[in-house]
Amino acid sequence: MGSEIRRDAEDLIKIHGTPPREVYLDSENSGLIFPEALKAMVDCYVAYGYGHPSITHKVGWESYEVLVKSSEVISKALGCSSDEILYLHSGTEANNLAVLGFAKAHVGSSRRKILVSSIEHLSVIHAAESLVKYGFDVVKIPVDVEGFVDLDALSSLIDSNTLMVSVGMVNHEIGVIQDLRGIIEVVKDRDENIVFHTDAVDALGRVKFNLKDLGVDLASFSSHKVFGPKGAACLYVSDGLNLEPILYGQLSTQRLWPGLENVPAICGFAKAVEVMMDRFDEFNSKMRGLRDMLIDGILSSVDHSILNGPRGGRRVSDNVNISFIYCEGEALTVELSLRGVYVSSGSACTSRILQPSHVLIAIGRRFEEAHGSILMKVTPMHSSDDINYVLENIPKAVGRVRSISPFKVG
Amino acid sequence: MSNRIPLIYSPKVLELFRNPKNLGAIPDADIHGTAGSLACGDMIAIYIKLSSDGKNIEKATFESYGCAANIAAASIMTEMIKGKSLEEAWNIDWKTITEELGGLPSVKYHCGVLAVGALRRAIRKYFEGRGDKPSWLPEDLTHEEKHAIEEEKLMEQLSKRVQSLK
Repeated sequence: MGSEIRRDAEDLIKIHGTPPREVYLDSENSGLIFPEALKAMVDCYVAYGYGHPSITHKVGWESYEVLVKSSEVISKALGCSSDEILYLHSGTEANNLAVLGFAKAHVGSSRRKILVSSIEHLSVIHAAESLVKYGFDVVKIPVDVEGFVDLDALSSLIDSNTLMVSVGMVNHEIGVIQDLRGIIEVVKDRDENIVFHTDAVDALGRVKFNLKDLGVDLASFSSHKVFGPKGAACLYVSDGLNLEPILYGQLSTQRLWPGLENVPAICGFAKAVEVMMDRFDEFNSKMRGLRDMLIDGILSSVDHSILNGPRGGRRVSDNVNISFIYCEGEALTVELSLRGVYVSSGSACTSRILQPSHVLIAIGRRFEEAHGSILMKVTPMHSSDDINYVLENIPKAVGRVRSISPFKVG
Repeated sequence: MSNRIPLIYSPKVLELFRNPKNLGAIPDADIHGTAGSLACGDMIAIYIKLSSDGKNIEKATFESYGCAANIAAASIMTEMIKGKSLEEAWNIDWKTITEELGGLPSVKYHCGVLAVGALRRAIRKYFEGRGDKPSWLPEDLTHEEKHAIEEEKLMEQLSKRVQSLK
C-alpha cells in the first residue's frame, strides 16, 4: 500500500454521516455487482471451482470446467472463439499486455510507430509511452470536439513504419462511440499488416459488436464494468497473432499470463456478461432514458454547464459528463457526497497543480472547463426517482461551491 | 480517468468544508490579495479589515475556487489571524495551517502553501502601497509567495503548450 492510505478513514466517514438517500453514479471507477454474478462467484468459492484449473484431481478439473464454460459465454458475447480469450485481472492489465506484449514481440521489426487516439485510457497511453525509450515512436491521433477520431488525420499518420493502432470503442470519460468499422477500414486499407487494438471495456453490454466481423486484432474487456466482480478482465488476441508475455512465472492454462487464474471472479464475470447480454435492449433503453433525463435536467437547471461528448445514439447509453464553469470539480464531488450523490471529477491533484483530464483537453475544453467537470454513469439498477433526487441536488451543490469562489458567474 | 490516489481528509477538513468560517468578500477591505488562477483550478482570495488604530486584524475573510482542502485551509487561516498583528499573521507558515487542519494528504500540502501565499502577498502589497515597509517584512519573497507565482506560471505554460498543440 502507498503511504497515502495510512490515515484511518473511520472518523471521516463518521463526520460525513449517512445522507437520507444515496445514489451511486460512479461505476466508471467501480461499483456494485449483479446479484446473479455474486451468487455464481460465491458458489465457485465454496462448492465448484475453488481449485487450481491446471491440477490433476477432481477439484482441479472442476475449476478447469468452470473456466471453459465461462469462456464460452464470454466469447459468444464478443463474437470470437473461446481460445482467443486470455484472462487477466483488470482492464489496465489487458491494455498493457496488448500494447507492450505486441511491441515486445516485434522489437526486431522495422515498424516502430504506435498510433493511439489522444483520448485513450491512461493504461494505453502510458504503456505506449513507456516504449519510447526502447526506440518506438508514439503518435497521438487527434479527435474532434465531440471526441471522434479524425479519419483524415489518422490516414495521414499511417506510414510504412506503423506497427499498431489503438483506439477505444467507447471512451471512458465522454462516452463517444467511435466509428470503429470506419477507423479499421482506414487502417487496414492502408496496410493490412498493421495491428489494431481497441479498449472495449466501456462498450461491452452497451454497444452491439462482433469482433471477428469488425476485424479487430486485440480487444480489452473488464468484469467490473459489466457489473461483475473486480479482479477479472480479458484480452481478445486474434488467432495467430504473436505476443510476448510481459510477466513471467509458473504457467497455468494460458501461455501469455502466468499464475493462477481467478476462476471464481472469471465465473462471476461470465455471469454478469450473460445477464447484460440477455437483457441488452431492456437495460440500454432504460439507461438511455435515465442518461437523457440527467443531461437535459442538468443543462436546463444549471447556468454555464456544458455537456462533454456527443448526444443521442453516438453517445454510450450510460455516460453523463458535464462541466460546470466556475465550479471546482473535486469540491463538487465532496459537496455532492454530503448530499448522498456519489460522482467523480475530471481533474486530479498532483503535487503542485491540478491536472485537468487529458480527454477533456483533447476535445478542446479550456482548463477551467476541465477542472469543473463531473462524470456520472447510470446503471440498469437506477430508477427515475434516483435521477430526480440527483437533479434536485446538483443545482444546489453547484450553487454552493460557486458561492465559495471569488469568480462570480454572470 | 486521471491518476487517482486516496484522499483521506481529516474530519476537520470536512467540517470546515461543510461549515466554513469567515467566508465571503469584505467590500471595503484594507488588505486584499489572491494566489492561484482559474486555469490552476485553485485560487484563494483573502480580505482583511484592520482595527481603527491599524495595528490588528479585526476581521479576515476568504473566498476559494478549489478543492475541499483548499477551502478548509483558507478558512482556518482566517480564523487563526483574527485579532493578531500583521507581523504575527505574516509568521504563520503553511506547516502550521496543515497541523491545525489535522494534517493533509501530501498532494494537498500546496493548499496550505497557497493560502499563506495569498495572505503574504496581500500584506506585502499593503505595505508597498503605503510605502512604509516594516523591518520584519523580508525583502525576498518567501517560499509560499514564490510557490503562488510558480503555480500560476506553470499553469500558464502548460495551458499555452496545450493551446499550441491544437
